[in-house]
Amino acid sequence: MPASNWFVAASLIAALILNFLPLQGEFLLLRPDFLAITIAYWNINYPHKMGMSVAFGLGLMMDVGNAGILGQHALAYCIVVYLTLVFGRRLRLFTPVKQAPQIGLVLLMMQWAIVLVALSTDSLLPDWQYYLATVAGALLWVPVSYLFTLLLRQKPDPDAL
Amino acid sequence: METVPQFFRHGPGPFTRLFVFILLSCLLIAEDTRLKYFPQFRQTIGVIIFPLQKIAYIPANIYDQIGEFIASFYLLEENEKLRRIYLDNREQLLKLHALEVENVQLRKLLGAVQQIETATKTKAVLAEILSTPRDPFSHKITLNKGSQHHIQLGQAVIDDQGIVGQITQLYPWSSEVTLLTDKDHSVPVQVVRNSLRSVVSGTGKNDELELRYLSVNTDIQQGDLLVTSGIGGVYPPGIPVAAVLRIERDPTGDFAQIISTPVAGVDRNRQVLVLALVQPESNESQEIPAIEPGKN
Repeated sequence: MPASNWFVAASLIAALILNFLPLQGEFLLLRPDFLAITIAYWNINYPHKMGMSVAFGLGLMMDVGNAGILGQHALAYCIVVYLTLVFGRRLRLFTPVKQAPQIGLVLLMMQWAIVLVALSTDSLLPDWQYYLATVAGALLWVPVSYLFTLLLRQKPDPDAL
Repeated sequence: METVPQFFRHGPGPFTRLFVFILLSCLLIAEDTRLKYFPQFRQTIGVIIFPLQKIAYIPANIYDQIGEFIASFYLLEENEKLRRIYLDNREQLLKLHALEVENVQLRKLLGAVQQIETATKTKAVLAEILSTPRDPFSHKITLNKGSQHHIQLGQAVIDDQGIVGQITQLYPWSSEVTLLTDKDHSVPVQVVRNSLRSVVSGTGKNDELELRYLSVNTDIQQGDLLVTSGIGGVYPPGIPVAAVLRIERDPTGDFAQIISTPVAGVDRNRQVLVLALVQPESNESQEIPAIEPGKN
């Protein structure tokens, strides 16, 4: 399956739905940001498949679904796009396992952006458990990355040559 | 010089684009938290994402149905148990009714000023929690009923134990509830033991509410139950809100620090009731004021 625009759109919508899953308790605490991971994957491996404006729009949807401040996730996802675009070429040299901690850093930056926006509306600083989602996201990067590679692998053409 | 080949032509660089989008989101954040010129914008997005939220809810639905299927084997026992509870409650309800009538008569005998005409009758709409966001900054949940189901801004939301929160944002098929624990939320309450009136406010932490501005020598004890006082007309009176957890009386300070915990399962339930206050006939229809986040 080639990385068609439809495939990119479908994966992003699926990630958004996964983010909306009604979880509770520990599962909610550990839930990684599926959408951020998917956005990171496309921008590292297929830059210019999805632009920053798409990430911005998805972030707005996430904000309304999250009942949060409008623009909070939009800003965060734009930062993910920026970081993965700038460091994408370097990241592509590594295997997904070695990419995982670096993706963790990207996700941490994203969470800090979210925290900064929240602080601007006089909120309290979240406790350390808030960052469990970043760890979960970095761990999830490996299977997600392999899954996408598997789905996108093109069948060798028997009539080649 | 204008004829740059297609291959080399790119839009603005990543940093420029990031800068533009950061500016745009800062504008949006200011709009959403302070200015509020275009509430329709949020509504529109809410309508767009509603089908996605519905799809995300399917697994929970399936889980519920499996649970119901297993529970159906114990239906007779459950029916028996519920009937017993119903009879118990029924008895208490009848007593309460008699007491109410008696109360009215005694008041008339005393010639007392009629109690402030607060709306005490309520209509309830059952709603399910569509999503509980993992947002440590705002304590809100989304319900699967909206303005199309005659839900209005400012209505109280309860579960079987007590107050959960208040409707603060309406979409056509869904609505947002600000929970008691949200830092911008306050509820007028009174202590059951001695009818001391006060206001309980959220602290932004889970399971923690604060009674502010009560003096050090206030008559309040650990374990006191706080119920809604009905003042303000948002919450019907007499619904449990919180229980006092601990009191710190610092003699050097002006106010006692009183921390309480909500009695309702603020972050544990799946189904909640949205209460619509039915205004008494004699009253002119009043607007139920909704709390405004950020103005506390």
